[in-house]
Amino acid sequence: MEYEVIIGIEVHAELSTKTKIYCGCSTEFGGDPNTHCCPVCTGMPGALPVLNEKVVEYAVRAGLATNSTISRNCKQDRKNYFYPDLPSGYQISQFDLPLCSDGKLDITVDGVTKDIGITRIHIENDAGKLIHDVYTGGTLVDLNRAGVPLIEIVSEPDIRSADEAVAYVERLKGILEYIGVSDCKMQEGSLRADVNLSIRPVGQEKFGTRTETKNLNSFRSIARAINFEIERQKEILESGGVVYQETRRWDDEKGEGYAMRAKEEANDYRYFPEPDLMPIRLSEEYIQSIKETLPELPEVRYKRYVEELGLPEYDAGIITSSKLLSDYFEVAANECKNAKAVSNWIMTDIIRVAKELGVEYDELPVSAIQLAHLIALIDNGTISGKIAKEVFADMVETSNDPEKIVEEKGLLQISDEGAIKEVVDKVIAANPQSIADYKAGKDKALGFLVGQCMKEMKGKGNPQILNKLILEELSK
Amino acid sequence: MKNICEYTAHEIHEKYISKELKVVDVVKAFFNKIKTDDEKIKAYITLCEEEALKDAELIQAKIDNGEEIGPLAGIPIAIKDNMCTKGVKTTCASKMLENFIPPYDATVITRLKEAGAIIVGKTNMDEFAMGGSTEHSAFFKTHNPINLNKVPGGSSGGSAAAVAGDLAPISLGSDTGGSIRQPAAFCGIVGLKPTYGLISRYGLVAFASSFDQIGPFAKDIEDTANLLNVIAGYDEMDSTSAKLEKIDYTKSLINDVKGLKIGVPKEFMGDGVNDEVKAAVKNAVEKFKALGAEVSECSLPATDYALPTYYIVACAEASSNLARFDGIRYGYRTSNYESLDDIYKNSRSEGFGEEVKRRIILGTYVLSSGYYDAYYKKAQRVRTLVKEGYEKVFENYDLILTPTAPSVAFDVGSKVNDPLEMYMADLMTVSINLAGVPAISIPCGKDKEGMPIGLQLISKHFNESTLLQAAYTFEKNMEV
Repeated sequence: MEYEVIIGIEVHAELSTKTKIYCGCSTEFGGDPNTHCCPVCTGMPGALPVLNEKVVEYAVRAGLATNSTISRNCKQDRKNYFYPDLPSGYQISQFDLPLCSDGKLDITVDGVTKDIGITRIHIENDAGKLIHDVYTGGTLVDLNRAGVPLIEIVSEPDIRSADEAVAYVERLKGILEYIGVSDCKMQEGSLRADVNLSIRPVGQEKFGTRTETKNLNSFRSIARAINFEIERQKEILESGGVVYQETRRWDDEKGEGYAMRAKEEANDYRYFPEPDLMPIRLSEEYIQSIKETLPELPEVRYKRYVEELGLPEYDAGIITSSKLLSDYFEVAANECKNAKAVSNWIMTDIIRVAKELGVEYDELPVSAIQLAHLIALIDNGTISGKIAKEVFADMVETSNDPEKIVEEKGLLQISDEGAIKEVVDKVIAANPQSIADYKAGKDKALGFLVGQCMKEMKGKGNPQILNKLILEELSK
Repeated sequence: MKNICEYTAHEIHEKYISKELKVVDVVKAFFNKIKTDDEKIKAYITLCEEEALKDAELIQAKIDNGEEIGPLAGIPIAIKDNMCTKGVKTTCASKMLENFIPPYDATVITRLKEAGAIIVGKTNMDEFAMGGSTEHSAFFKTHNPINLNKVPGGSSGGSAAAVAGDLAPISLGSDTGGSIRQPAAFCGIVGLKPTYGLISRYGLVAFASSFDQIGPFAKDIEDTANLLNVIAGYDEMDSTSAKLEKIDYTKSLINDVKGLKIGVPKEFMGDGVNDEVKAAVKNAVEKFKALGAEVSECSLPATDYALPTYYIVACAEASSNLARFDGIRYGYRTSNYESLDDIYKNSRSEGFGEEVKRRIILGTYVLSSGYYDAYYKKAQRVRTLVKEGYEKVFENYDLILTPTAPSVAFDVGSKVNDPLEMYMADLMTVSINLAGVPAISIPCGKDKEGMPIGLQLISKHFNESTLLQAAYTFEKNMEV
């Protein structure tokens, strides 16, 4: 039987405000356990939350960038449950009146563009972290993360495949990075996705029973968890079984998901309005002022790259999918004024290096300015493209400036016609057979001769001049 | 000649200025009195003698240096044990927090320390401020200094008994449904519940966040005004504290109520009120009339619903506020556990007392899915009605006058096993907390056994000034 897959995604993104959502403690990642803490974020008796206004501003930015409606009047609610990483016994979230609602984003998969609806975006606090102590077998609590601001972005069930899911989260991540509200570092858990998934026979109107797979923190695990869950549900239905509504966890190492708790065991969160905080009221002017500070969004950059800079659509798409990469491109292209060359280097070498080293685009050993200088060295004929690849490899290793590497290693390109002519004469004299072949119409012989000359010059010969001189000789 | 411990705070202040008294001697006098009398009254859970004597020396040095001192400098004060005091145990009279030492001061404590007040100790209360007799303390019962067989009221019974028993000239309590006013009435002293938002709740261990308010106990209105001056005012650590211009409440110490319009709601003078209480209140009404106030009957029609509404909303908030006492980070942890669930269940079962558990269960129930609309949501609507009822009366009146409690202090042990009967003691006070308006209880007479009767005056939001002026006038003209 053919099945249709129905997916809705909840994305939790940590906001990159300097301080926590309800106190003045630092949000910095890492740090010794329980050092970014105070009576408020550790849930001391008598401590009270005070909303960080930056959190509202960042969430409104996210709402505006996802075409959402911003609520002029909303409130915060308590979500009550017990867990050792939750110091006050409740999370402060938003229940029936979220800050943003009714947004949408478009995604493109296999050349087809579609809208994914965004039901709501609300603000809430993150919980702490439990550390299982291998020495004592006990569990320790680190509350540095408790109170770090989060936005939860809930999509409509508009997603139909793992590819669409990944495209949606990529798109969302790109936007959040662009507007500077989250660093979206998935490996640090600052962006994580919960996938709600059900399947139904094609043509059936009624939705199937959905499961929720929680805390997916890489694109790879999102795709794999979805495909695993689709297959699992299919198998159950095909064998006449019933899919249970449950919360599931994904084990990326084993490549399989498993049930955490069934619906009957689910918490009754007993939401009610947070009495320690006042309602949030936003004026038109306030929302307008935030609108005016929104930076260029990825789709705008994409259009500019294709239409003004002449980049291939595919390249523009890849580069703008990451704010960091796109920023890298902007800096390099602006410095060397050769956008296409920068784009080519990014597509072939920069992305590869970042992947190999496992670093973000702002942590590359080769800075955007250094790449621009390398490209300038090619453009002004100082080095050849071939040598440039060698220089680049060196830059990746040493982070040295390209000029320095070229000078120290004596890689300057030879463009002196006299010097090249000497080599050409020598090679032609030594290869009479090749000349005969060429004259007999075998074009391959030309390549051989150029190669021989380059070998003589250790690759430093200016290829254009070399070609010109050989052809001159051959046509004599 | 009065004993030192019988003086009001402003009398002590005057004697500091005139150098008749030294701070250290005053502090020592109170600790001596506590040593002899508190064995019977049992107002204090924790005493801070060493620190208090040290502070006394510092204030005395200032006085000796000729520095100007404020009205609370060198004045001993007792603090209800649900306000966090850095380095000093804050137990909420619960086994759960029996050994809890807060790492920070509540905002009111910071302000008191800045004003030079000297903290004598932390006072007994109903556990987590839940109760009306201070019999629900996990440690011991507090007795009424007027008659040791009677309760002092609650939940701030320790703070009220401390002042009434001359174990401190002033004290702080907290009032969620009457917990300052009712014990003030039972002990024959002044107790003020300020407008919700006038005083920072930062550092007050929450019972019901949208009701809780800290307020003063004192022997007279002048001390009440001086204490209010120190603790009132906006605090950026409490989002529900109001950003208003600072008022000097001593400017309200004016002996005049001429032309003041006072309403007496008929719903507060009905069958549930003890006859002697009614008579004393009627007598007070006549006094106000004689002093030139215009007193007439008014109506607060939603009053009948106030008690259930209060218990639904307050317990709902409490069930969430008390979730943090889970045995994980601080407070009591059971020694009997094999799993995380055991830690939660057993720590809370063993750490909380009956009344606290009763309210957590009630609050959890009214917030549960399927019951939320019928209870919590409906109660919030009724709360709005109650508030509107007050607003409507205040269109025509400056003040509302009622008894503080339907009866005088009852016998120790007489109601402790009947929670409903106990809740009825809050009948006259809870609707004020629902509305968030300020109210004061002042002594207005005694019953034939000599037990004090309290008169409650209520005013509109942030109008403590009118409240204090009327109370001051009454105090100056009424021999109780």
